[in-house]
Amino acid sequence: MAGKPKVAFYWAASCGGCDIAVLEIREKLLDLAQAVDIVFWPVAMDIKYGDVEAMEDASIDACFFNGAIRNEENEHLARLLRAKSKTLVAYGSCAYVGSIPGLGNLSDRQEIFETVYNESPSTANPQRLLPETSYELAEGETELPAFFNTVKTLAQTVPVDYFVPGCPPQAHQTWAVLEAFLRGELPSPGSVIGAGEKTVCDECERVKEDKKVGQFHRVHEIIPDEKKCLLEQGIVCAGPATRSGCGALCPTANLPCRGCYGPPPGVVDQGAKLLSAVASVVDADTEEEAARIVSQIADPIGTFYRFGLASSLLRRRKLH
Amino acid sequence: MEEKGFEPRIVAFLCNWCTYAAADAAGISRMEQPLNVDVIRVMCSGRVDPSFVLKAFLEGADGVIVSGCHPPGDCHYGEGNYKTFRRMPLLERLLQQYGIEEERFRWGWISAAEAPKWAQLTRKMTERIRELGPLDWRGRLEQMEIEGV
Repeated sequence: MAGKPKVAFYWAASCGGCDIAVLEIREKLLDLAQAVDIVFWPVAMDIKYGDVEAMEDASIDACFFNGAIRNEENEHLARLLRAKSKTLVAYGSCAYVGSIPGLGNLSDRQEIFETVYNESPSTANPQRLLPETSYELAEGETELPAFFNTVKTLAQTVPVDYFVPGCPPQAHQTWAVLEAFLRGELPSPGSVIGAGEKTVCDECERVKEDKKVGQFHRVHEIIPDEKKCLLEQGIVCAGPATRSGCGALCPTANLPCRGCYGPPPGVVDQGAKLLSAVASVVDADTEEEAARIVSQIADPIGTFYRFGLASSLLRRRKLH
Repeated sequence: MEEKGFEPRIVAFLCNWCTYAAADAAGISRMEQPLNVDVIRVMCSGRVDPSFVLKAFLEGADGVIVSGCHPPGDCHYGEGNYKTFRRMPLLERLLQQYGIEEERFRWGWISAAEAPKWAQLTRKMTERIRELGPLDWRGRLEQMEIEGV
């Protein structure tokens, strides 16, 4: 490539954490700035969408796209950046598997609007106004992007070349990905990069013994032993159904894995896999006992698919 | 959602040793059974990964059955059906959270000697799902893409 490679970063339906995750490479940011031209990065630079639209197709060497596709604007930018970029990377779990915004797929637009604009205790909206996609003002028409019923992943919207999991991706993994890109050493397209090929359990140093659980606990209910496997202590830990790469960060901090690195290689549906793993530790020899123990798990879909609902087999709750 | 002429499609994962034998016996004995059930023989109901059930619903099943040997004791492998009864109550709740009506998913035990029980289950379930109408999960997802919502 002539001159420095051109790189873009974008955020769609995300919390901003993935942009912070890029900053987490710290002083290496200076190396990055020397090695590439950053042509678009809304969180850090003032460049308008029109400027991107004016770029030539495939003129960006790599675009790191974080955030899920929640509304029309997200979708427009996904299509635009796909066209403008040679390599499109789904950076972070929202772009990769839908992540926390994907839990919105348990509701629909109407329910979400009702909660956010009318029902939430901190909202005063006596006229019950809801966002409109266009509105006439004296100064002219204003527009808002349409809000979708269903959150999609980036790959459900446009073709994606690479996937970097994590909520957010860990700094050393981000740097490893950037280095591989700069050296032209990225693997074959379609790969998950910046992560391991095993599960979080494989990276977790906790002692794993006999898995027999007679009582499940939510994280706020007990202070777990710091050395023993969390699942064995009756805490739903997503480690068995989650790709390695974070270094078992949450279990190291005495918290269960929440599943943010997405399914391990070969697993189609992260929630189904975690459900099986959790059921397998239930210490029950009768149907009644098993039913009693698993009923202690408060919210199966929200727990097993905390990050993976939008990319699961069924993708969302049934729309009426 | 009810359509004229709708015929439910039910996918049944049956264990080789008990319920499959029951279904076979029901056929041999010429018991009345609807044509709506597609049987998939598995070696054990404990082999049924929850993703099989989700995939069946995604790919067009209007109902799914998982059935094996009565616990305790009937399982050919000793405790395979224990896995089933530890897993299925969670899957049942998960499916309800997905908005899939309770009656579209049935799991339990039918021994090789209970052919009439199998025949009755298929009749009742088909009848009930005929009332519920098609689930058409993939069609719903495709419709969502078309409408762009």
